[in-house]
Amino acid sequence: MDSQILTYIFVGISFAIYIGIAIWSRAGSTKEFYVAGGGVSPLANGMATAADWMSAASFISMAGIISFLGYDGSVFLMGWTGGYVLLALLLAPYLRKFGKFTVPDFIGDRYYSKIARTVAVFCALIVSFTYIAGQMRGVGVVFSRFLEVEINTGVIIGMIIVLFYAVLGGMKGITYTQVAQYCVLIFAFLVPAIFISFQMTGNPIPMLGMGDTLASQPDTYMLDKLDGLSQELGFSAYTEGSKDMIDVFAITLALMVGTAGLPHVIVRFFTVKRVKDARKSAGYALLFIGILYITAPAVASFGKLNLMQTVKDKEYAEMPQWFNTWEDLGLLAWSDKNADGKIQYLGKGKQGGPALTDNPEFEEDVTGKSGERIVTNPTDNKNELYVDRDIMVLANPEIADLPNWVIALVAAGCLAAALSTAAGLLLVISSSVSHDLIKKMVYPKITDKGELIAARLSAVVAVVVAGYFGINPPGFVAAVVALAFGLAAASFFPAIILGIFYKKMNKEGAIAGMVIGISLMLFYMLKFKFDLFGGGSKENWWFGVSPEGFGSVAMVVNFFVSIVISKFTPKPPEEVQDIVENIRLPNKAGDATH
Amino acid sequence: MENSKQQKKEKQKKATAYWRENVKYLFILLSIWFLVSYGAGILFKDWLDQFKVGGFKLGFWFAQQGAIYVFIILIFVYVRLMNKLDKKYGYDK
Repeated sequence: MDSQILTYIFVGISFAIYIGIAIWSRAGSTKEFYVAGGGVSPLANGMATAADWMSAASFISMAGIISFLGYDGSVFLMGWTGGYVLLALLLAPYLRKFGKFTVPDFIGDRYYSKIARTVAVFCALIVSFTYIAGQMRGVGVVFSRFLEVEINTGVIIGMIIVLFYAVLGGMKGITYTQVAQYCVLIFAFLVPAIFISFQMTGNPIPMLGMGDTLASQPDTYMLDKLDGLSQELGFSAYTEGSKDMIDVFAITLALMVGTAGLPHVIVRFFTVKRVKDARKSAGYALLFIGILYITAPAVASFGKLNLMQTVKDKEYAEMPQWFNTWEDLGLLAWSDKNADGKIQYLGKGKQGGPALTDNPEFEEDVTGKSGERIVTNPTDNKNELYVDRDIMVLANPEIADLPNWVIALVAAGCLAAALSTAAGLLLVISSSVSHDLIKKMVYPKITDKGELIAARLSAVVAVVVAGYFGINPPGFVAAVVALAFGLAAASFFPAIILGIFYKKMNKEGAIAGMVIGISLMLFYMLKFKFDLFGGGSKENWWFGVSPEGFGSVAMVVNFFVSIVISKFTPKPPEEVQDIVENIRLPNKAGDATH
Repeated sequence: MENSKQQKKEKQKKATAYWRENVKYLFILLSIWFLVSYGAGILFKDWLDQFKVGGFKLGFWFAQQGAIYVFIILIFVYVRLMNKLDKKYGYDK
């Protein structure tokens, strides 16, 4: 059957399942809406967390990024998994014992202060909105690529689906849809990876195949071949990095700590019954996430080698069918700079570099001498080939010549990844508004029913706002999504850790720490990413740390400020110290309450 | 009166002991967490790369594969240790 029709069928069936689950598990109380009634099993919660966590970016782009960065791409692999160790050991059990609905709830009660709560709500909203705008855009891109609709139409379809099950089902609805979405997305990621690994190395397990010898040259290791070919074409060796060690260290730390501080991840641990379930579900979550994260580097390396072997010293006319398909979609582009009809794919070491000044811009209806689409924005270095990083996952099934149903499966997987993350973030935004702002600050007398209506309304508003950003993406979204981790690391993480592990931590210290931490991070980001406050380039980075890694510096500053200030200000009241003693013990974890 | 005060003191003592053991576990597990990622995957990556496991240079393997395996194991070890500890102090009910 045609892959297009199969895609419609696969996507249609998966959507029907999600909506069916949403109707079956709709929320009847605020407790069900915020924390799924607090009775989710650790296994289901682990899967839901994994789906929540793995966005369209993890699914489509991560393998591609690693593919082009080689060793440097490890920052994402370690950063986005190592954070779960921190979460499991340092945060999840205690926050579950504390037994409230949201992160600002914890900050507000632990630091006995409305200001602290407000600062936390503010931070949660900044982090979640920057993140969700990127997700809605991702939903649109995936729809447009696989179902051949306009990106904007895709965003709107995505909005309606998410709206339906997030508004109706709340946390309960999204938890069970996320379980289904996890199954779809992991299956869709593994199937092509297994096929390709088998084709290239004869080993069907991708994570082992990566370290195996090539099927075509049984005495050469795949990675050695990849290193050799990369250097031959003027790129740095795949298994070596080109970033400074301190920056790799700082980025990894910022991503890890940021992961542990992201409100939509933390809130998932409020949904289980007991403290020991919170620990266990963090373990399951990392196991399920890890399956994708150890497969991604294998996909990355196979894809890179495949690509280089396909194009090296070949004429454009010899290119396989998929090359033209992806050229038509603008994910590949070739500009025959030296007019020899051959593709030169070269790195900096061979006078190469970026082939185009930006994303490819094509001339309409004209083709070049070899039949290629003519690009209007080439650069003047020797590299002729533009490759979009997303191609590594999207084009894999075609490059490996896999059956059409695999292509359809990948489409359904991408959508599952994008929708599940968008829904999770949406819930954090709506509970921040209805619970933290309306119930706790503006109108405490609101009934449970009223609060539930408020929660649903704020979810609607949040979807619309997110959809607006998806359709009219501010230029900075992509840049800011990566920095959302830095912001979370610089604000929440120290306040929560100190709140649990340092009984004497008081509100003055925590508020000062959060405000200074997030301000410093925002300042650095605006200075070096958006050229404000005098701007600056790589040479001006503080301690050689990039804006992506600066969250770790801001976090250290936050810790330092918090502790110093708390030494010079009054101790927290006796009853707050009792709260701390209480959350440290796992017994008698009551249900989540207001 | 005297009796309940005594009980409260006992309870407090038990809680402190439990917390101390918990922190000790955290310290050990997080040291391993640090060693496999920041240690083997970043700081000592170049040195470890002289050893090879199959086609993988060891430091590179830790950074892209090994660290993740260890992370997963660490959490499940933690779950086991804590379940035992909870039982030992009677906090498992």
